[in-house]
Amino acid sequence: MLGRGLRLGLRRGLVTQGLSARREGSTLDWDGKVSEIKKKIQSILPGGAWNPLYDTSHLPPEHSDVVIVGGGVLGLSVAYWLKKLERRRGAIRVLVVERDHTYLQASTALSVGGIRQQFSLPENIQLSLFSANFLRNINEYLAVVDAPPLDLQFNPLGYLLLASEKGAATMESNVKVQRQEGAKVCLMSPEQLQNKFPWINTEGVALASYGMENEGWFDPWCLLQGLRRKVQSMGVLFCQGEVTRFISSSNHMKTASGREVTLKRIYEVHVKMDRSLEYQPVECAIVINAAGAWSGHVAELAGIGKGPPGTLQGTRLPVEPRKRYVYVWHCPQGPGLEAPLVTDMSGAYFRREGLGNNYLGGLSPTEEEEPDPGNLEVDYDFFQDKVWPSLAQRVPAFETLKVRSAWAGYYDYNTFDQNGVVGPHPLVANMYFATGFSGHGLQQAPGVGRAVAEMVLEGHFQTIDLSPFLFSRFYLGEKVQEHVII
Amino acid sequence: MAAPRTSLRLVAAIRNGSSRGIHGPGGAATPEGSQKGKTLLQFLSDRFYDVEFMREYFLQRHMLKVHQKNRSFAHLVQDYGPNAAGACFILKQGGAVKFQNKEWIRPNERGHFRLEFLKFQGVPVEAVDASGCAINYEGLDNLLLLKELQSLSLQHCPHVDDWCLSRLHPLASSLQELSLAGCPHISERGLACLHHLQNLRRLDISDLPAVSNPGLTQILVEEMLPNCEVLGAGWAQGLKVEPEEQPDRASPVHAW
Repeated sequence: MLGRGLRLGLRRGLVTQGLSARREGSTLDWDGKVSEIKKKIQSILPGGAWNPLYDTSHLPPEHSDVVIVGGGVLGLSVAYWLKKLERRRGAIRVLVVERDHTYLQASTALSVGGIRQQFSLPENIQLSLFSANFLRNINEYLAVVDAPPLDLQFNPLGYLLLASEKGAATMESNVKVQRQEGAKVCLMSPEQLQNKFPWINTEGVALASYGMENEGWFDPWCLLQGLRRKVQSMGVLFCQGEVTRFISSSNHMKTASGREVTLKRIYEVHVKMDRSLEYQPVECAIVINAAGAWSGHVAELAGIGKGPPGTLQGTRLPVEPRKRYVYVWHCPQGPGLEAPLVTDMSGAYFRREGLGNNYLGGLSPTEEEEPDPGNLEVDYDFFQDKVWPSLAQRVPAFETLKVRSAWAGYYDYNTFDQNGVVGPHPLVANMYFATGFSGHGLQQAPGVGRAVAEMVLEGHFQTIDLSPFLFSRFYLGEKVQEHVII
Repeated sequence: MAAPRTSLRLVAAIRNGSSRGIHGPGGAATPEGSQKGKTLLQFLSDRFYDVEFMREYFLQRHMLKVHQKNRSFAHLVQDYGPNAAGACFILKQGGAVKFQNKEWIRPNERGHFRLEFLKFQGVPVEAVDASGCAINYEGLDNLLLLKELQSLSLQHCPHVDDWCLSRLHPLASSLQELSLAGCPHISERGLACLHHLQNLRRLDISDLPAVSNPGLTQILVEEMLPNCEVLGAGWAQGLKVEPEEQPDRASPVHAW
């Protein structure tokens, strides 16, 4: 037995030596039969997916402690912090279920990639500050031995928010809160603004706030891949599939006042494979809903919102996909290299892209003009009618511009108060949310991931207190409105 | 970043099993001799937790050393003033400091330096030469104590990157000379943050390997800082000269 094991081990060593010696080539030209035999041997040895009936290597494992629904930046951030904060190495088994590994419709990949501290809520400011810290030290946090360092292409030029007479007082009080939390923001009068950025038309501007440090934009795809690589090296499993069902057990209890409450715990997640009816039931202890624009749908699968309206059972997760357009244009006489991400009072924003006088920007439509989120087609008329006039009014050089291309992406829009939902659900005790950030999820992902990991491992928030973002506020009707939404 | 379509190629590379980082096999051109050695260490790392842990430990230790060098010198501010504290930081790193109306103070080969500057009261530091020092973002806390700095040289600093440049704006009122030649992590995005330094008269941005287009960047930086003399690659770098014609500056150049 030992002899056979040794011989198999040697052969496996030879196989992998051979593979590693040929790793520089792009394709491996093996004889078909030889590769079959080697695959069989590898699957028999410990660590392989040995199933004598059929190949199950594409299926997720049958047991996992934590199942994270959604493999975007928030889901991967939660996975990273769960593995980072676990007490013993390998203590927690994490599975990330992502429906589309090409990330074609994922909000992360289609994001403009900005990070700012200019929010009105202290929690949002703290999250962004921590995220800036994380991004700055990303090669320490996400270091993988033998892998090249990450280059986020961070552009530290800051955000410039403009306010009219009406909004000037709010902006001042917001800046005060931001400074208290430690953000470096300065207020500028129209004259100072004109001096600093001569290409701006300051008509109608009463006050401007300019972020000097820790604000700017970066490449979200690089962050996603860096997280993915690190998280894989920490032992998190990935599965390409769609969550179609949650099997939960219910516990009927009575409150002190005699009211009936049903507490549910999800104990199994059905993960369906792509383009087939095959599914794998994954037994789990905790489910994290980080499905972005589709979190509402995932929450419905868990039975959240199925109940008489006005009760806690009947409170849905109010997160839905909202389509947003981003247009890329070229303007030869446009703002120079020092242009920050400028946001107008009308909501139109733009920033420079690269060295070649290309700019990208957009505008969040009003509630009545919301486009249909069924597909990601771009509406160029929206640019002509709504975006371009605002931009040309603010930056006269933009009167002559030429649209190069555009794309559309989803905001995981929280229709209640446009702020994230973090933490467990009061009735479905083991589903945790990390979603609903309505356009600022990417910049808060490292902080939110850590908060959710702390909630899961310790039971309460430790570093940043995100209790205002718990689910229960939807039932209690307490809005934590974020006023500075782009 | 702007084109989601190109990202598909990167994902395909990962799928094919080439695990040489996210940027595919073109990571680093390793010389022939160390090729086999690297593969052996990689091979061992992949198979033994101990080897992987040891390598991670050495990586962390290296990073800790840099952190240690950039620790805060704020405790010296109370006793000796901010200028002396900042000067001490620079001298400890191996750089040189010049106080107003005094000579340059440099550490010798062993890293020792004279401590007379601790007795200077209220004499501002005029120039700092931090070439080759391991200053990073946290260390800039100490550098920014020198409120009346006029000349700063950060040549060949391995840890100075775009984030550090975005922190230099408090020196805008006094800084007149800045040299960033040879820093491997500075790109045109960091150079854009220098627009705050309106009093800058001399800026050296030559030999920056991370800048994607040195000629165009120089032009844009010159537009951004009109009163500043920018030494760099020269706008003609990267432009091709027609072999059969005379290199004629007046003719329309085929720009990038």
